[in-house]
Amino acid sequence: MLAKTSGQRPALDDRSWVRGFLILSALGFLLLFLVLPLVAVFVEALHRGVDAYWDALVEPDALSAIQLTLIVAAIAVPLNLVFGVAASWCISKFDFRGKGLLITLIDLPFSVSPVISGIIYVLLFGLHGVLGPFLKSQGVQIIFAVPGLVLATIFVTFPFVARELIPLMQEQGTEEEEAALVLGASGWQTFWRVTLPNIKWGLLYGVLLCNARAMGEFGAVSVVSGHIRGETNTMPLHVEILYNEYNFVAAFSVASVLAMLALVTLVAKTVLEWRFGAELAATRH
Amino acid sequence: MPFRHRLSVLAAGVLFAVLGTTLGATAAKAQNTLLNVSYDPTREFYVEINKAFAQKWQKDGGGKVAIKQSHGGSGKQARSVIDGLDADVVTLALAYDIDAIADAGLLPKDWMKRLPDNSAPYTSTIVFLVRKGNPKQIKDWNDLVKPGVAVVTPNPKTSGGARWNYLGAWAYALAQNNNDEGKAKAFVADLFKNVPVLDSGARGATVTFTQRAIGDVLLAWENEAYLSLQEFGADKLEIVVPSLSILAEPSVAVVDSVVDRKGTRKLAEAYLQFLYSPEGQEIAAKNFYRPRLKELATRYADRFANVNLVTIDQTFGGWRKAQETHFADGGVFDQIYQKGR
Repeated sequence: MLAKTSGQRPALDDRSWVRGFLILSALGFLLLFLVLPLVAVFVEALHRGVDAYWDALVEPDALSAIQLTLIVAAIAVPLNLVFGVAASWCISKFDFRGKGLLITLIDLPFSVSPVISGIIYVLLFGLHGVLGPFLKSQGVQIIFAVPGLVLATIFVTFPFVARELIPLMQEQGTEEEEAALVLGASGWQTFWRVTLPNIKWGLLYGVLLCNARAMGEFGAVSVVSGHIRGETNTMPLHVEILYNEYNFVAAFSVASVLAMLALVTLVAKTVLEWRFGAELAATRH
Repeated sequence: MPFRHRLSVLAAGVLFAVLGTTLGATAAKAQNTLLNVSYDPTREFYVEINKAFAQKWQKDGGGKVAIKQSHGGSGKQARSVIDGLDADVVTLALAYDIDAIADAGLLPKDWMKRLPDNSAPYTSTIVFLVRKGNPKQIKDWNDLVKPGVAVVTPNPKTSGGARWNYLGAWAYALAQNNNDEGKAKAFVADLFKNVPVLDSGARGATVTFTQRAIGDVLLAWENEAYLSLQEFGADKLEIVVPSLSILAEPSVAVVDSVVDRKGTRKLAEAYLQFLYSPEGQEIAAKNFYRPRLKELATRYADRFANVNLVTIDQTFGGWRKAQETHFADGGVFDQIYQKGR
């Protein structure tokens, strides 16, 4: 404000039309690419009424797809939570040879196409794969069954928790842990009482992202699923099947449930940020 | 330490989920389930067949039976079975895809002789689906190679229907040119220059044509074309029957290595027999598959256009030969499609 009186344009005060234009284009972009498609999903799902919508969701194959998606996420997400914490703890608190390689490996699922992630499991566990013939003779079915879906999902969602935690833990350094150890705490005590409380918000954030991807994954899961209706079809796969059967109302109904799960994840994240904003700001940047 | 406590509850939950799925998977392996791995356009047909067969099986004292379905491009489905998808029966678009499964050792190589009519309980053919009023005036195969006509067909590498499409075009060109293979190759090459997109399965191609409104003509299974007409209305689409087409024999087989391990042979064989029964044949006819039974073929004769049909055995010397010549890596399709790009 002082700057204005001096007659010079202040560096932090853009002209109003520039500001307006930027805000409008950002809003327009959001509307076009996020809000409209989302609304379209719900409009398409409900255009034959609530009854048709509900029927599509309680149909046995749809229920089984919803259940399967939840089961896969319920197994994959906790495993990746444990793995992610262990990996980032290891990487950020210790120095060892090959650390760079480990970080690269953790990032691998981000850079590899999901289809390839699926195919490697077929190559490993398929009937003509490396481990497939042995497992088959033992009566163990991995691909084209739930374990394959879980494996593919774990692979694809591998980096989410670790990627969220590594920068955070690196920034926090090791002083607090060192202090705890000097004061006589055991390794476990240090982890539970010092490290974990420090990272809990970052961890939660990583888990939410991991969960969203686990439920929405299509490519890798499609390769290992076998597409058996009512048995190995997750929600994204079920949406595709319904769409291909000209059953658009049902397809968009199931899609809307997926969208809602995503929205719940987002809302959970927003609520967390709002309620614990100060604490988050202290631990996340 | 509440956080710790919550974590252990979570861990217990995960453990139960894992146990539950494992148990669930074991229960699903019981004898009264059957997995039918099929190709793309049979979805609606097998929903009806499965319902009717389950009723009959229960009435005959076989108990309850749950039949699971898996659909996709025929070649892709065969690949999945070879890779270990536990199909009790395969009902695929063409014999070669089952030959491939036999080559992998999952069923005997003479599978085709085990059931009547080359193990094909129903037949079909390839027709054209065009937009209402036929704006590009497409009447026969030679209209498809004209410049400016966009033809939609799936990829012959993965889709059974697409291989029938391709061979139908080839057979037409042979008939027009005194069996000159070179001219047939040039004709099919010209045709594929007019193909803007290759979907992996017949249903994907139908959705591309009808929903996404791409292309002027869809080369489709007769049954798929009629189904599209039912779904999207005769006011939007029209079926054009070419002067000559190919007799498509979608084959079925029991996968021996799977049924013997699961103990489902009796059920699987009864299921395939049911397709040949009058009831099964009637369901086929209603879904626009040409029935084999004389009596039903006559009753539903007005549903199916009278086309001059050539067979794969006469014109191409059987599926194995056709596959090797045309669709194997480096085969004729690869040559013309690479060149066309």
